[in-house]
Amino acid sequence: MIVDTVKLGGLTVAATALVGYPVALVYLGAGPRWQRVILFVVILPLLTSVVVRTFAWIVILGREGVINQALLWLGLAPAPLRLLQTEHGLVMALTQIEMPLLLLPLLSVMSRMDPSLRDASAALGASKWRTLVRVTLPLSLPGLVAGCMLVFASSTTAFISQFVIGGNRLVYLPLLIWQQSLVVYNWPLASVAALTLLVSVGLGVTAIAAVGRRSRAYAV
Amino acid sequence: MRAKDLSYSIVIGLLAGLGFLILIGPVVIVLLTSFTQGRSIRFPPSGLSLQWYQLLFDSVRSSQIHRAALNSLEVAVVAMVGATVLATLASVALARRSGTWVRALDTFFMSPLILPMLAFGLAALMYFTFMGFRPSLALIAIGHVVVVAPLALRTTSASMSQLDPALLESSASLGASWLYTFRRVTLPVIAPGIAAGAFLAFVGSLDNVPISLFLAGPRSDMLPIRMWGMMESMLDVRVAAVSGVLIATVLVLMLVMERVVGLTRRLRD
Repeated sequence: MIVDTVKLGGLTVAATALVGYPVALVYLGAGPRWQRVILFVVILPLLTSVVVRTFAWIVILGREGVINQALLWLGLAPAPLRLLQTEHGLVMALTQIEMPLLLLPLLSVMSRMDPSLRDASAALGASKWRTLVRVTLPLSLPGLVAGCMLVFASSTTAFISQFVIGGNRLVYLPLLIWQQSLVVYNWPLASVAALTLLVSVGLGVTAIAAVGRRSRAYAV
Repeated sequence: MRAKDLSYSIVIGLLAGLGFLILIGPVVIVLLTSFTQGRSIRFPPSGLSLQWYQLLFDSVRSSQIHRAALNSLEVAVVAMVGATVLATLASVALARRSGTWVRALDTFFMSPLILPMLAFGLAALMYFTFMGFRPSLALIAIGHVVVVAPLALRTTSASMSQLDPALLESSASLGASWLYTFRRVTLPVIAPGIAAGAFLAFVGSLDNVPISLFLAGPRSDMLPIRMWGMMESMLDVRVAAVSGVLIATVLVLMLVMERVVGLTRRLRD
């Protein structure tokens, strides 16, 4: 269960970074007007209740949900897929629920980045990929690391999302804490679970920070 | 354009497009679903109507939801005031100081952002129970203050760090007392930061699940907890209507705060 919880956090961080970082790149390349729009789009979901966002994913992932209807209509799947109560469905939902947490620190760092560095890289003949890997990524690493830490911490403890989308079949530490404390009133076990969660989140966050430091030294 | 650059534009463009779709799609879907004519939650909605909003605002048939919403509002206002006062005091104390203690305190104040709130919720429940308190809105508000104060502290101390110390010195050298300087110089300068922080604290408390989950009792039902209950039954389309109201409220508040204090930029920096 501990492994499952940490794995869920890791998968969510990976998925969020994969689609979140390009969003930040688009933000970096946009004019001031569009930057404001993008910022607004990022912050709006952050401020709408987690319960609302979780509810949205029930509508999207359900048997007659948006994804299944699209797949059936396109002929990509013969029958509705089971998405609710699966790990990948949950990771998909958490990606949206947690993405603003990744993007805010990232956009903060990116908006302070000197644009002439990227221009210089391009003028010296580097391709866009090379500029991304050698200039933009190393410079934005502190923001990316901070964002990943927040996403990890938040996704491993997102009780409502885990419970409503994951269902009873996927059991993570927060569910155990809730069951033991408020359903069967076994407070000692609930405390152990809570401490375990605290320690796993602490270790996970520390690990992400360590990877960040390592790769920064490597990049320079 | 070189082939490599083209592949960059395509890959990054597609991923970013997916990112934007994932970010904003669910909000739009919830809004559209809430106007459905049908009796079940599905998208696209079968015909448009306002029936679920009508049912939601029916004071008899939705009285439990109204009670929970009022409780949540009440707690959110108290938590907002508490968190804002604490954050302002903390940021004044911590501003322009350095040293091990200041850094440690800053980390301590910010820790609720990264530590599992669920663990704190459980701890608060046990603590209050051992102290002999019964579940009440006041306890929930106290719990909320702890977890939303860091949100308020972030924007407040950010604007505090932009306050020019020369202003404070000249005020003091002109004979103003500490309190007078705070009231006439510090406060007006950091007011936008405080306002943005208060807004975040309010929204954070309104949405809070992990603390309310443990501290809410049968007489102190909170809106997110009630919505969770309605979602578990899967039949109640009123969840969509409540979500619609919440989204609209946040959207309006956000636009107002953007106008007044430049909210989004403060959140980014």
